[in-house]
Amino acid sequence: MKEYQTITEISGPLVFAEVDEAIGYDEIVEIETAQGETLRGQVLESSEGVVAIQVFEGTSGIDQHASVRFLGETMKMPVTEDLLGRVLDGSGRPIDGGPDIVPEERQDIVGAAINPYSREYPEEFIETGVSAIDGMNTLVRGQKLPIFSSSGQPHSELAMQIARQASVPEEEEGEGEGSEFAVIFGAMGITAEEANEFMQDFERTGALERSVVFMNLADDPAVERTVTPRMVLTTAEYLAFEKDYHVLVILTDMTNYCEALREIGAAREEVPGRRGYPGYMYTDLAQLYERAGRIEGREGSVTQIPILTMPGDDDTHPIPDLTGYITEGQIYVDPDLNSQGLQPPVNVLPSLSRLMDDGIGEGLTRADHADVSDQMYAAYAEGEDLRDLVNIVGREALSERDNKYLDFAERFEEEFIDQGFDTNRELEETLEIGWELLSMLPKEELNRVDEDFIEEYYHEDATDADNTETEATAD
Amino acid sequence: MSQTEQAVREDGIIASVSGPVVTARDLDARMNDVVYVGDEGLMGEVIEIEGDITTIQVYEETSGIGPGEPVENTGEPLSVDLGPGLLDTIYDGVQRPLDVLEDKMGSPYLDRGVDAPGIELDKQWEFEPTVEEGDEVGRGDIVGVVEETITIDHKVMVPPDALEEDEMAEVVAVESGSFTVEETVVELDNGEDVTMLQEWPVREARPTVEKKTPRTPLVSGQRILDGLFPIAKGGTAAIPGPFGSGKTVTQHQLAKYADADIIIYVGCGERGNEMTEVIDDFPELEDPSTGNPLMARTSLIANTSNMPVAARESCVYTGITIAEFYRDMGYDVALMADSTSRWAEAMREISSRLEEMPGEEGYPAYLAARLSQFYERAGYFENVNGTEGSVSAIGAVSPPGGDFSEPVTQNTLRIVKTFWALDADLAERRHFPSINWNESYSLYKDQLDPWFQEEVSDDWPEKRQWAVDVLDEEAELQEIVQLVGKDALPEDQQLTLEIARYLREAYLQQNAFHPVDTYCPPEKTYLMLTTIETFHDEAFDALEAGVPVEEIIDIDSAPQINRIGVQEDYEEYVEELKSDITDELRSLY
Repeated sequence: MKEYQTITEISGPLVFAEVDEAIGYDEIVEIETAQGETLRGQVLESSEGVVAIQVFEGTSGIDQHASVRFLGETMKMPVTEDLLGRVLDGSGRPIDGGPDIVPEERQDIVGAAINPYSREYPEEFIETGVSAIDGMNTLVRGQKLPIFSSSGQPHSELAMQIARQASVPEEEEGEGEGSEFAVIFGAMGITAEEANEFMQDFERTGALERSVVFMNLADDPAVERTVTPRMVLTTAEYLAFEKDYHVLVILTDMTNYCEALREIGAAREEVPGRRGYPGYMYTDLAQLYERAGRIEGREGSVTQIPILTMPGDDDTHPIPDLTGYITEGQIYVDPDLNSQGLQPPVNVLPSLSRLMDDGIGEGLTRADHADVSDQMYAAYAEGEDLRDLVNIVGREALSERDNKYLDFAERFEEEFIDQGFDTNRELEETLEIGWELLSMLPKEELNRVDEDFIEEYYHEDATDADNTETEATAD
Repeated sequence: MSQTEQAVREDGIIASVSGPVVTARDLDARMNDVVYVGDEGLMGEVIEIEGDITTIQVYEETSGIGPGEPVENTGEPLSVDLGPGLLDTIYDGVQRPLDVLEDKMGSPYLDRGVDAPGIELDKQWEFEPTVEEGDEVGRGDIVGVVEETITIDHKVMVPPDALEEDEMAEVVAVESGSFTVEETVVELDNGEDVTMLQEWPVREARPTVEKKTPRTPLVSGQRILDGLFPIAKGGTAAIPGPFGSGKTVTQHQLAKYADADIIIYVGCGERGNEMTEVIDDFPELEDPSTGNPLMARTSLIANTSNMPVAARESCVYTGITIAEFYRDMGYDVALMADSTSRWAEAMREISSRLEEMPGEEGYPAYLAARLSQFYERAGYFENVNGTEGSVSAIGAVSPPGGDFSEPVTQNTLRIVKTFWALDADLAERRHFPSINWNESYSLYKDQLDPWFQEEVSDDWPEKRQWAVDVLDEEAELQEIVQLVGKDALPEDQQLTLEIARYLREAYLQQNAFHPVDTYCPPEKTYLMLTTIETFHDEAFDALEAGVPVEEIIDIDSAPQINRIGVQEDYEEYVEELKSDITDELRSLY
């Protein structure tokens, strides 16, 4: 291994060095400063005689006399089942004071694309215990379903609730312990306070022992954030496809990751794309999100819930926009619902789970699931629309039918969505509440529900009762 | 790609690597030549030549590749292998069969530097000649037939580049029986040996005699498309929409139910799981026109978003070249590209790595030219062998933030003649397919009307116009309703709103996941419309006779209109429903 003291330029997170041998693209570099500190980096561009290196820890302290060593390999993540229960920094080094990690394998963090032919289509329901998700935007194993939120919203609480409650319906687990749940938590640029909350929650609920935590905090080097999710996903793939775990990956906050990409792009003087983000951001994000999935013949699965805070709560911003085009749906956390005190403040109307249709129904959840969810969507959307009108003309000016939809929308928010962050609802219960609400509407209005289901589940006595606001309770 | 006999030309060495863009020194290459880069032999294409530096876009991940490694030139442009075996296969963006790759790599991940021919070379096909010794043939002429799948007879043709235009050659030997694609089946007197395998550069359109005006619709079984915004066989269409608005479902529906002979589905930069769904579903689904498995008429090209960006740029060309090949046999081919925005972004990404001067929103200045070149390869053609065939191109567009004013949507709209605008608001209220009827259009309507009049009903155009008028009127009335509420409208307008609601909920909405409703033949589309019209006519008669609008709206039979879609025996159901509606309304006065 050759050492060079040939740094010619230092600019932002980048270091340029002259070399007299061929250096591979993406290769890992160690830089030792005059103070004896060792920094790590990665080759971003390699040409004859000169390489550009991106330094993860930032370039402060590096001068032109620092020595540069090329390790001759691309970035690897040491993986082992023993990682469960451990807390690591953003580059995969333990920070929990525990023993060193003895890896079973060292895997390249730039995962190769899964051959679409080898994938297995995700269609097994994950019960999150959250009605807004289970009932209306069902999550399935191997899906990538981001949470679109904005600053100041309780997206972390929602993510923690999912991480805590997520389970696979039991009757499907015939093989016994073959496939356990594991949670891998990748924090990118979150504050120490947020991190503490996560950690306390992990410890309080005993979730830590089935989890691996990667922490890149707000004051950690930004460039390191570009490696953290790759470390996380490499670990997830290992546990899922080699150790048969059902892995739930939570990545927060993807916005910070994209900021880091932009920072590197700017330092390299690349031609910027929309809002200064690099033109290859779509490809880059796809390389992360597409690592979710299932593989034919393997027990485990990788399910991703990336969290992103939309700058200005604007979902046309490049980060949520590109994400939405790659992921299989999205869950919107809504500031208005939050200020109304709904927990979780999920706005189901713009939310979507693309894999829902294949993950629900007879044999998977319940035969009427799709119809109920469709009808509730339509009814809630209609009620929402009418709210604008009520503001102008008042409730009295509306027809009886319209008033029913208004009541529906209100009760939908209060009873269906607002369940609290600590309530774990089974799907049966979620659907039962759904039927209770739908029964407020006359049968003829339920044009998206199969007649047989109306027969079976419709609450006959509820229709008249709701006008007088006495709540028709089930049974 | 077959690399069997390609002459190796002068090779060079890598000078620099930056992501998918590699430069090489001392490489003697032409523009668009295919090269093999590095010790692992990664496939790439020459995209710029400057002095002794050649710039290459590499179709595979370049991690670990460094300067000094060799670059080998094949001396050939990026080409696809054409022959029997294209159907019922799934390829990546440079025509490597994904199932073969899985076998060769022995892993579910796509490793680098593995090559596989696009057409299986060992497989024996039963060749049946259609020419005899002494026959004269020209370029593109059909010399025999192979049963490629249960649905499709593959016509073996004289390659279009084997003879000059108007040049004829005499057949001197004809074989019959089992052959591999590389074995000679017909010999010509000019020394040309015809095999079942052809190669064609993807960026070059295959020759034709002339482009004709298409007059047959591509019937899709989707009410809003066939009924309001039809596309012709040989037509072009764009489906733009924000994420979650149902582009992919619409594309899948077309791939499943369009009455084309051949379907080429290009998944360009989209989700892996979506492609898996197609791979899982299609073999099990039935082709509605033949009852055979859908895959028997389908070729899939899957280049998911995490596969290399350069191969994403090429996958659209791979697809359309395969489409043209089947068109040459006289088939009607429909090509779905999902999504052309990802293709445009791949161009942008490579362009910015080349440090080209960007055009609008960072896209290269040649974006519009590339898009129009692509869509112009679609059309209804007279082929060089005298047959007629068509390529219909349907491109999904994913505009950032759902904003249709962005360059890819705008440049696409300038070329295509059918526009199916997807609408996030409709999707949000689960109105699917969420195609906005006010914004969408089809310029093929008039030229396709004679077909619908012939095949379905004489008054097809009038009925369509009636539906459009009601929907237009509703759009205007809705603006007033937003201000004053529905009850403030006069009774006739309230009734119009009610009728428009049935048009929206029963006619325009269609449940892609319902076994019956998912495919709606044009006859059913027509009958459904006439049922709503019956309700309209009878209801207005009743209103005129003094029946209050509430009573009209409340009749029991009207909501049954919403259930027409799911009826298998719709003719009977519609007849009954029409008379129920009529009876009930007439009993009111």
